[in-house]
Amino acid sequence: MIPAAFDYQVADSADAAIAALAEHGDDAKLLAGGHSLIPLMRFRLATPGVVVDIGRISDLSYINDGGDHVAIGAMTTHRALETSELLAVEAPLLRHVAGQVGDPQVRHRGTLGGSLAHGDPASDLPAALLAHGGSVVARSPGGEREIAATDFFTGFLETALGADEIITEIRIPKAAGVGWSYQKFNRRAQDWAIVGAAVMLGDDPKVALVNMGSAPMRHGGVEAGLAGGGGTDAAAVAGDDTDPPEDLNADVEYRKHLARVLVGRGIAEASG
Amino acid sequence: MTAVEDPIKTTAIGTSMKRREDPKLLAGESKYVDDIQVVGQLWMGMVRSPMAHARITSIDTSAAEVAEGVHSVLTGPQLQDMGLWIAPLPCAWPVTEDMVNPPHYPAAIDEVHHVGEIVAVVLADSRYGAVDAAEQVVVDYEPLDAVASVAAAQDGSVTAHSEHETNKAYHWPLVPDPDALEAAFANAVHTVKAEFVQQRLIPAAMEPRGVLAVPSPMGGDVTLYSATQVPHILKVMIAATTGIPESKIRVIAPAVGGGFGAKLNINPDEILAVTLANRLGRAVRWTESRSEAAFSTHQGRGQLQTIELAADADGKLQGVRVHVDADLGAYMMLLTPGVPLLGSFLYTGVYAVPAFGFTCDGYFTNLTPTDAYRGAGRPEASYAIERAMDILAAQVGIGPDEIRRRNYLAGGEYFENLEVPSTLVFDSGNYGPNLDRALELADYDGLRAEQARRRAAGESKQLGIGMVTYVEICGLAPSRALGGLSYGAGGWEHATVRLLPTGKAEVVSGSTPHGQGHETTWSQIVSDKLGIPPEDITVLHSDTAISPLGLDTYGSRSLAVGGVAIAAACDKVVEKAKQIAAHQMEASADDLEFAHGMFSVSGSPDQAMPIQAIAFGAFTAHDLPDGMEPNLQEQVTFDPTNFVFPFGTHVCTVEIDEDTGAVELLSYVAVDDCGNQVNPMIVEGQLHGGIVQGIAQALFEEACYDEDGNLTNPSLMDYLVPSAADVPSMVTDYTVTPSTSNPLGVKGAGEAGTISSAAAVMNAVVDALSPYGVVDMDMPATPQRVWRTINEAKGGQA
Repeated sequence: MIPAAFDYQVADSADAAIAALAEHGDDAKLLAGGHSLIPLMRFRLATPGVVVDIGRISDLSYINDGGDHVAIGAMTTHRALETSELLAVEAPLLRHVAGQVGDPQVRHRGTLGGSLAHGDPASDLPAALLAHGGSVVARSPGGEREIAATDFFTGFLETALGADEIITEIRIPKAAGVGWSYQKFNRRAQDWAIVGAAVMLGDDPKVALVNMGSAPMRHGGVEAGLAGGGGTDAAAVAGDDTDPPEDLNADVEYRKHLARVLVGRGIAEASG
Repeated sequence: MTAVEDPIKTTAIGTSMKRREDPKLLAGESKYVDDIQVVGQLWMGMVRSPMAHARITSIDTSAAEVAEGVHSVLTGPQLQDMGLWIAPLPCAWPVTEDMVNPPHYPAAIDEVHHVGEIVAVVLADSRYGAVDAAEQVVVDYEPLDAVASVAAAQDGSVTAHSEHETNKAYHWPLVPDPDALEAAFANAVHTVKAEFVQQRLIPAAMEPRGVLAVPSPMGGDVTLYSATQVPHILKVMIAATTGIPESKIRVIAPAVGGGFGAKLNINPDEILAVTLANRLGRAVRWTESRSEAAFSTHQGRGQLQTIELAADADGKLQGVRVHVDADLGAYMMLLTPGVPLLGSFLYTGVYAVPAFGFTCDGYFTNLTPTDAYRGAGRPEASYAIERAMDILAAQVGIGPDEIRRRNYLAGGEYFENLEVPSTLVFDSGNYGPNLDRALELADYDGLRAEQARRRAAGESKQLGIGMVTYVEICGLAPSRALGGLSYGAGGWEHATVRLLPTGKAEVVSGSTPHGQGHETTWSQIVSDKLGIPPEDITVLHSDTAISPLGLDTYGSRSLAVGGVAIAAACDKVVEKAKQIAAHQMEASADDLEFAHGMFSVSGSPDQAMPIQAIAFGAFTAHDLPDGMEPNLQEQVTFDPTNFVFPFGTHVCTVEIDEDTGAVELLSYVAVDDCGNQVNPMIVEGQLHGGIVQGIAQALFEEACYDEDGNLTNPSLMDYLVPSAADVPSMVTDYTVTPSTSNPLGVKGAGEAGTISSAAAVMNAVVDALSPYGVVDMDMPATPQRVWRTINEAKGGQA
């Protein structure tokens, strides 16, 4: 529970952070809210040589109307998301999910960009991004690019971000009036989901699962069923084509069962 | 103010005075061990065994020794050779004459016996430096097969200690009348046999343990600051273990953030800090990390229970027979062997049982030692009898309330000083009205109606209602009774009360708080007894230099033993003050009345003296009765003649989501009886916390080990301590049946909640699933376990 030695740098702008990443490469880690990185460091599961603190970059914290989408600065806290009036109208799923993360202390520190960059399959917010069909804007010395959510999460705690890239913005297509639901199942109020399911209906239904594979994932089989008018019956395949972990809370069989139950409940609620 | 006809029922005692401890705690101003900084201190970094059972073949400390800021690195054999100790860590409870007790040194010498055992110590000038250097110590181990469960211990093909032939440490019987027990089962109409698993629990006090040993600049003396419940016991045991004279050791327990039994021990770090500080002439300290706490501080429970009931056709108990196989872990720590036996007297619960027998086998395993954890043997006993009573009720075909009513001691009516078959004498009880009140508060009939409706409708969320009537033994303890149990200490408590020249009072308490609110409670007692305002009373404690005599805090003993000592010391102060008042007012002491701090002459209300004036007079000693010593200071060491036996009925309602297996607590009603209450708010707080700790065992917590003896959930991410968000608001109420064991009529409340709630919750869980034929389920009732049980019961795929 005591981290190994590391150097600490403060980056006061996105460009300064990128420069630090360019200088130190894989040896550097960005510190945003710290709620994923610091526990890993305390267990010595992560031992970065340099921690680059981006917590003081003030211009990456915003929730703006981007026309057909909502533009959210990477350093926006979960607390800001869960209390946003713009999101209440245009992206209520994301807003609700932000309020399900951890406890109030975590939500006041944790950031959307930090959670997505960590890429934890057990986290809530990646599923919300996937279900919204959102995207991530990443900046590097070479410039900016926009990465679709479906391309962003590439493996266990791995994303499409390059070693010298940082997330600057998250874009969520406006979804006013679209039926949605987030079903989170856990044993204690503040825990990660044992299994979670994010459902967005509408013309192009999307279903994302939490903790059902090595990376945050969409479920094509359920989505196809929904697109074909299957309604809650579409949930029957929610355990198929998943590769959930086993731990003290749940084995594979139980997680697949939970996925079916939660997706079914999610579809029912989103349709209601 | 009202007349003081019955001081127990007036003024401060009995009121929910706000805790004087809280402003500092809430503002972060209280000093815990880790907050205390000393110039020149060295931090210990522990090199711990990653293996449950292994022989140490070599230790290479060379890299660590040259690491930045490192003072020295000492292996177990080196520490041994330094002669830092003269005896192994103590076990104070040799429960049988032939109990096996392998030597347990502060650091392993040649063989390690559990993950987390210390094999070497780094001393460095910072905590981080010590931990970093400890990682650089290279230890070669020759792995040995590990005993990672009681079943493996019983199998015995591998022994937890290589030098042992068997893993069994002791066999302990309590069978007062074997023939009667045999006959009870032979003649029974109904018999129940049930097996329960008391899973290992990690105490997880909010403040981890920590030590800071500071040598005196004058040499020869050492002050140990320790996050301990037992500074007095620790001082004696340090002296016995290290050979340092008691007069050279001062132990201070500063603010202590919870203990739950886990700070009731003599730990390797405490001995290492004291002896190294003494030897090096520098302060030595250590604070455990949360993961270290999980596998190096002792754990609780760890029992396999078999309970058998014999009953007649009406479900009236004729006999109870119990066997416990106890997982002692790798070593006997201070109270390890006795904890399972502390429950032995409670397996007949609140019931009239003609015949009783209990046996316990203790086994070594290569796991962290077990020892006292809130309730210490009594939650286990209460769980077994209360779960078994529900099974019996179902078999007889009557409700859980009715099976209890039919079996209550004294028919559920008031009794006092009643001998039960386990040979104890219960001080007082009145169980029927207590049950009535709990059922009324819970709306029991309404709950049953709603349960029936949901069942009839086949709803996916089913109700379960569980009840428990518990009794517990606390107020530890009559010294003679402890002697009869081969316990290595007495059970008395000491108090000193002095009235100062300014009219204010100082109370020196032998029992030592670690969150209970002693300062508040003691000031309430003294305020009533001496008739001075609570704010004029200072309570001193937790420092063996200030309070040399004491036996500390555990076993819900503080009020029933220590509080009684304080009240008695006050009585002695008043008696002496009365002699002075009589002398100075030229009246007969027999004619004096004392009320609200004022001595007055009967029939002459003009003639009166406040006790503060007498305190000043006792100090100046200008005008005292002939031969009387100056000053108003009295001390009492109270040794109770009997334990106290709090009881209560808890009713818990759960809702089970059959689709997911999730168990939600809908309501929890607790009607407790801890006799007279000094501060009802503190009682309620104790019950809330205790109840949640039992709920935690029922639904959330389990220390999980793999077959190699590795703890697989040492962090609070995986070891699920519930928070306030996970439990319902509780409904609490009380009946009051004063104890006959002490003049205050008080019992204990610190462990009662934990002793009752796990069974109440599990009775509710099983009740919810009873339509499927489910009669039992292991703790914790996790969603996965509940879902699978439902599936299996339905005959479906599991």
